[in-house]
Amino acid sequence: MYFVETEDVVKQFSGHLALNKVSIQVPKGRIFGLLGPNGAGKTTLIRIINRITAPDSGKVWINGNESQPEDVYRIGYMPEERGLYKKMKVGEQAIYLAQLKGLSYAEAKKRLKIWFEKFEIMSWWNRKLEELSKGMQQKVQFIITVIHDPELLIFDEPFSGFDPVNADRLKQEILELKYLGKTIIFSTHNMASVEEICDEIALIDRSQVVLSGEVNEIRNRYKSNTFNVVLRSLGNGFNFTSANYSVLNTKAHADVMDIRIHKEMEITNSSLLTELAASYEILSFSEELPSMNDIFINTVSGTNATQI
Amino acid sequence: MSKLGIIIKREYLRRVTKKSFLVVTILMPFLMAALVFVPLWLATIKSDEVKTVAVIDATGKYSSLFEDTESFRFINSDKSLEGYRNGDNKEVYAFLNITDDLLLNPKAATLYSEKQIPGELSRLVNQTIGRKLEDEKLASFNIPNLKEIIADSKISFNVQTIKWSADGKEGASSAALASIIGMIFTLIVYMFIMAYGSMVMQGVMEEKTNRIVEVMISSVRPFELMMGKIIGIAFVGLTQIFLWGIMTSALLTVGGLMFGGGMDMSAMQQPNMAAMQPGMNMAGMEKMGELMGIINSINFMELGIFFILYFIGGYLLYASVFAAIGSSVDQQEDTNQFMAPIMIFMIFALYAGIYSMDNPDGPLAFWCSMIPFTSPVVMMIRLPFDVPMWELLLSVGLLFATALSITWLSAKIYRVGILMYGKKPSIKEMIKWLKY
Repeated sequence: MYFVETEDVVKQFSGHLALNKVSIQVPKGRIFGLLGPNGAGKTTLIRIINRITAPDSGKVWINGNESQPEDVYRIGYMPEERGLYKKMKVGEQAIYLAQLKGLSYAEAKKRLKIWFEKFEIMSWWNRKLEELSKGMQQKVQFIITVIHDPELLIFDEPFSGFDPVNADRLKQEILELKYLGKTIIFSTHNMASVEEICDEIALIDRSQVVLSGEVNEIRNRYKSNTFNVVLRSLGNGFNFTSANYSVLNTKAHADVMDIRIHKEMEITNSSLLTELAASYEILSFSEELPSMNDIFINTVSGTNATQI
Repeated sequence: MSKLGIIIKREYLRRVTKKSFLVVTILMPFLMAALVFVPLWLATIKSDEVKTVAVIDATGKYSSLFEDTESFRFINSDKSLEGYRNGDNKEVYAFLNITDDLLLNPKAATLYSEKQIPGELSRLVNQTIGRKLEDEKLASFNIPNLKEIIADSKISFNVQTIKWSADGKEGASSAALASIIGMIFTLIVYMFIMAYGSMVMQGVMEEKTNRIVEVMISSVRPFELMMGKIIGIAFVGLTQIFLWGIMTSALLTVGGLMFGGGMDMSAMQQPNMAAMQPGMNMAGMEKMGELMGIINSINFMELGIFFILYFIGGYLLYASVFAAIGSSVDQQEDTNQFMAPIMIFMIFALYAGIYSMDNPDGPLAFWCSMIPFTSPVVMMIRLPFDVPMWELLLSVGLLFATALSITWLSAKIYRVGILMYGKKPSIKEMIKWLKY
């Protein structure tokens, strides 16, 4: 069951095609990463899902129905360029924005109190926003994004501008939202966070989806038959000559050696292990999966190469 | 409450609860009153210093005529002018040198001073000598009681202007008063459109530069956001006009009582006369009645209704353009390029209004009160002169039709502009945005 689906979305700006038949499927209750280099069209796609701009052609489906104006109440959006009214009091401002998301005044106030307590910023309720530190402003921004308890949350570059402590806090909050059954889309450049929290991704480059799927599945798809092995010599020293594998690098300390090897022939991992076990004691053996960072760079520069 | 309502409420409350709004709203009528009364009051203050004027009268006929006043003391002098010119004469401010019989040789009197001679002094000298010469001249005709005859034959004439109202009733009218009232309303409309229009622009720019706009338009449509701001600020303006209206009439009543029962009103009409002849009580009372009649002849109800209509229409027209400008730029400095054409329109409107005052039914006045960009300002000056109803309705209709279309176009620019950061767009690009 997909919570958000876009179908051949096209968006043209004057002299520039921002999105070219983009189709993504975001499963309900999962964290979906929207990746891509700057200017690829991520923000445009997010704005279309948010109904900020309309697509030239193509459709957006929310929870099985074509997107309608009321759907904005089911979406919480934290844009990349974050900001609030600087001269307005924090509490008053939060209530105002919550009301615009369809909450009544009383309900907005009640919920905000709970959130403000949770984030320990209750004492700032009557202060002007500009008096708050950047970190606290970010907290207020996050609260405003989730205050109407939306089923879908969209974070555009959520970690930019957060210090490591607050970034981690935000990550925990996002994971918590996932456990509450919310669907989350977030766009980012931060590949480490993608591996950590994303279930699925779509990589957009030059207005098109060039890669999509589950994170683990993609990493497996891009694996390069490289293994990290830690071996202990059985007294005969180390001598790696085999037709089945080649050694990429080694790091020795006493009789223990860390090696990275590349499997050259189509043999199973077990036979590779057997071959190694014949000469050494195996302390650890693991297959190296490519990082999302590598996949990102390879895919993006690969498409660039084909287009040039 | 609808989202538009929530936005209007916030925009309104945020501004009227500001201290600066309260201060300006309360102080402005006092400032306006001060603007009227302080110059009047200052004019009544005489400097304490008494200046000495030496009269060097070769004929001996005139020197005795000069009487000392609050400001000037006249002394007869037998020294020659040359003697003064080169000598030490610090205590003498000016010298009146009369060399010959002035009836025969009118150029024989000259005022000398090391300073700029004040108009007050030359006026005083002219009056004094002029009266004497007139008497001498009359005496030379040798007709008994000639002076009395002439005084008797001096007739002051002022044609009465009567305006027939639709039902044939007569009422006194006064072009001067109508002009003043028209001018006041013109200035108010002009000031309000400029002040509140740029308030809209500031508000839009604030939202854009604070980057809150994207959060906002993920919950409301850009059109609602723009209209909420425009309408909210319009209510701020109307609130201010309403409060000023009440306070000004209260102040005028109080001020009027303090300045002697409406004397200030007739002073406005004929400032010189009233200032020169403060003692004309009977005539003053008569004038008061006349004045009340004239004031009553102006239909304030109609004036008020059309003032509000033109204010709303003109404000909507300009404020939506201001909103579009505010949405298109990132920095205050970049607004200048777009503001210039608007300022030209507004200033043209103001001048057209001022020149229409002399001929409120002339072609300039007519056309400028039909063109929507100038009509809110120019029509205000024509209103007290009874503009035909069809002209009023046509003008208001044109104004509102244009205002709504401009709002519609501005909304299209706004919707794209608020999400555009970086370089300042050209007019050409903004026109392109209309098609997005």
